[in-house]
Amino acid sequence: MTDTARNILYFTFIAVLIIGTGMMTSWNLAITIMNFGLISAIMALGVNLQWGFAGLFNVGIMGFVALGGLATVLVAMPPVGEAWAAGGLRVVLSLILGAATIVGAILAYGALPKERVRAVGMIAILVVGFFVYRAVFDGGVQAVEAVNPANAGYLGGLGLPVLLAWPVGGLLAAGAAWVIGKTALGLRSDYLAIATLGIAEIIIAVLKNEDWLARGVKNVVGLPRPAPYEIDLQNDPGFVERVGNLGLDPVTASTLWVKLIYAGLFAVVLALLFVLAQRALHSPWGRMMRAIRDNEVAAEAMGKDVTARHLQVFVLGSAICGIAGAMMTTLDGQLTPGTYQPLRFTFLVWVMVIVGGSGNNLGSVLGGFLIWWLWVMVEPIGLWVMQVVTSGMADGYWLREHLLDSAAHMRLLTMGVVLLLVLRFSPRGLIPER
Amino acid sequence: MDFLNAIVALSNFVLIPAIAYGSQLALGALGVTLIYGILRFSNFAHGDTMAFGTMATILITWGFQAVGISAGPLPTALLALPFGIAVCALFILATDRGVYRFYRTQKAKPIIFVMVSLGVMFIMNGLVRFIIGPNDQRFADGERFIISVREFKALTGLKEGLAIKTTQGLTVITAVIVVAALFYFLNRTRTGKSMRAYSDNEDLALLSGINPERVVMVTWLIVAALATVAGVLYGLDKSFKPFVYFQLLLPIFASAIVGGLGNPLGAIAGGFTIAFSEVMITYAWKKVAGYALPDALAPDGLAQLLSTDYKFAVSFVILLIVLLFKPTGLFAGKSV
Repeated sequence: MTDTARNILYFTFIAVLIIGTGMMTSWNLAITIMNFGLISAIMALGVNLQWGFAGLFNVGIMGFVALGGLATVLVAMPPVGEAWAAGGLRVVLSLILGAATIVGAILAYGALPKERVRAVGMIAILVVGFFVYRAVFDGGVQAVEAVNPANAGYLGGLGLPVLLAWPVGGLLAAGAAWVIGKTALGLRSDYLAIATLGIAEIIIAVLKNEDWLARGVKNVVGLPRPAPYEIDLQNDPGFVERVGNLGLDPVTASTLWVKLIYAGLFAVVLALLFVLAQRALHSPWGRMMRAIRDNEVAAEAMGKDVTARHLQVFVLGSAICGIAGAMMTTLDGQLTPGTYQPLRFTFLVWVMVIVGGSGNNLGSVLGGFLIWWLWVMVEPIGLWVMQVVTSGMADGYWLREHLLDSAAHMRLLTMGVVLLLVLRFSPRGLIPER
Repeated sequence: MDFLNAIVALSNFVLIPAIAYGSQLALGALGVTLIYGILRFSNFAHGDTMAFGTMATILITWGFQAVGISAGPLPTALLALPFGIAVCALFILATDRGVYRFYRTQKAKPIIFVMVSLGVMFIMNGLVRFIIGPNDQRFADGERFIISVREFKALTGLKEGLAIKTTQGLTVITAVIVVAALFYFLNRTRTGKSMRAYSDNEDLALLSGINPERVVMVTWLIVAALATVAGVLYGLDKSFKPFVYFQLLLPIFASAIVGGLGNPLGAIAGGFTIAFSEVMITYAWKKVAGYALPDALAPDGLAQLLSTDYKFAVSFVILLIVLLFKPTGLFAGKSV
């Protein structure tokens, strides 16, 4: 069997899974799975860029995805005029002051003479800068959060079209990645892993606690959509007539239609990024990346700047994760910082890349779909298995109750087992790198 | 008098909690650093190893409580601790057999080990949630306080009270004993010396007839003990929640790296550095400043540098600073 035939077989299998889900349960569920599968495939592409091309181990995907989500709010929500009037400029000014402090400290580090003077100078700049920043910032935040806290209490966004948020999400994530990469790349490979783990936790903490930014755990709901609202479709006589001709009832048809519009948008983004990633992989740049991955010392001897190339690919990969994050928040229609879990957004994506085949873009896309389907389906399957296992026990017996309650945690176990099995027995994944 | 009050308030809210937390972090970081020194990878499953050992201890503690065994004023968990360690050690040795050994014989790259440890983390996390559930569990019993606020006030006549929880005292004492035993083992016994030799130079150690599998096994046993002790002490002091233990990974790694990965002494120093910075930066200094400073200078606000929600940011920033300026850590670690 040739590679192409095998790949076609794999993707047919994915199609069968999704269509089978549609026929067995509901088409709404099937298309939802497909939409999230598309997003997962994009995230996997980004991680594959980092791991498959360059061998960089990023365990902070959740953070970059969340930054993408934040971008959706900052771009698409209408600005809250009162909040801007109350303290918006003050908050912005304080952020500029904070940034100026850090830049000043960096400049001082370069300018001052070595040893003690430099250390004292830097610390003085940072301490003074911090207190000035807090003095300006705190008042501004209080004023902003006091504005209509039940519905607003934040600055709002720019009120631009929501699709614009996708590239902006990529930019935000790229900025965060640059800071992390600048610090942790060029050191031992595990340090990047630990640093990214940290930045992800901190980004989530900021999203949860900085209410002036995106309402924190009070969530931002009702984000503008790139697709029409179902209720508008149902009230549109033209739409009702068209679906009537197809023999569908308008309510189901409208939900399906909206989901299909999203699917189309996502598919365009995925196709675009996939082509770019393929071109990158087969360009001289891609070959250089793989050469660096396989032997850093040799590549360095050939005059390649290993750290700079690593930084480049790390920023690019994180940007793709940011785009995917913005798309996901757009699909959800709300930003809920409480739902960002490292297991779901970081480690699941890793399983996708490893299972699909690290270093192979097509493999990542396959892994994205396959593992997402598994992730959704493990819970009902786990519950079913538990019911079968416990069917011999009396109702209300503690072990039976416990096992049934615990079925929800089957996901973790399954993903861990899948990851270990693939790493052990098929480390190159389903579609290996050529 | 105000000055004494300031010192008491400082001890009560900053020094004592930070010392207890620092001991817990130091024990955790010792485990990470040992694995790094001997097996040469960063073990992402360490937080969940702690959770697993603690869960085993909790279950045995409940068993003891059910049959009426108790340790008097001390928490029953102390009696259950050795059994918890044994269960955790068995599980870890099984993981080594089933998972890590294969990659060791393959001489896989460290980053592959890290990924594998990620898979192990998943499974341990899943198992813990499966067996005991994702919720908070409290299992501390016995006397709550060595000295309570009211007793202290009556004793000294000061306005500020000082409370020392039993668990805090216990944490420090246990940590001192465990660390002393570990250093005695590493520096004085034959097995400990062979471990250090293996960590310094693997080839030379193999040449001189040290059995690598034995070294690895002993390492895992020690790590299981350290992780379980750290986890149980943390759980007694605060409470046991699987997700919190996963999150402890960040301060623990930060401690190990700040001290210098692979250096046990550094792990302890790092643990206390991280704990003190975390507590001091997230503590509201209003009360202490109110006593220590003249009235005119006393702060209006809470005088809190960062809200407690950002305590992870503190360990992270310290980690970044160390990586930027001294990547080998305060005490020279093994490698950059």
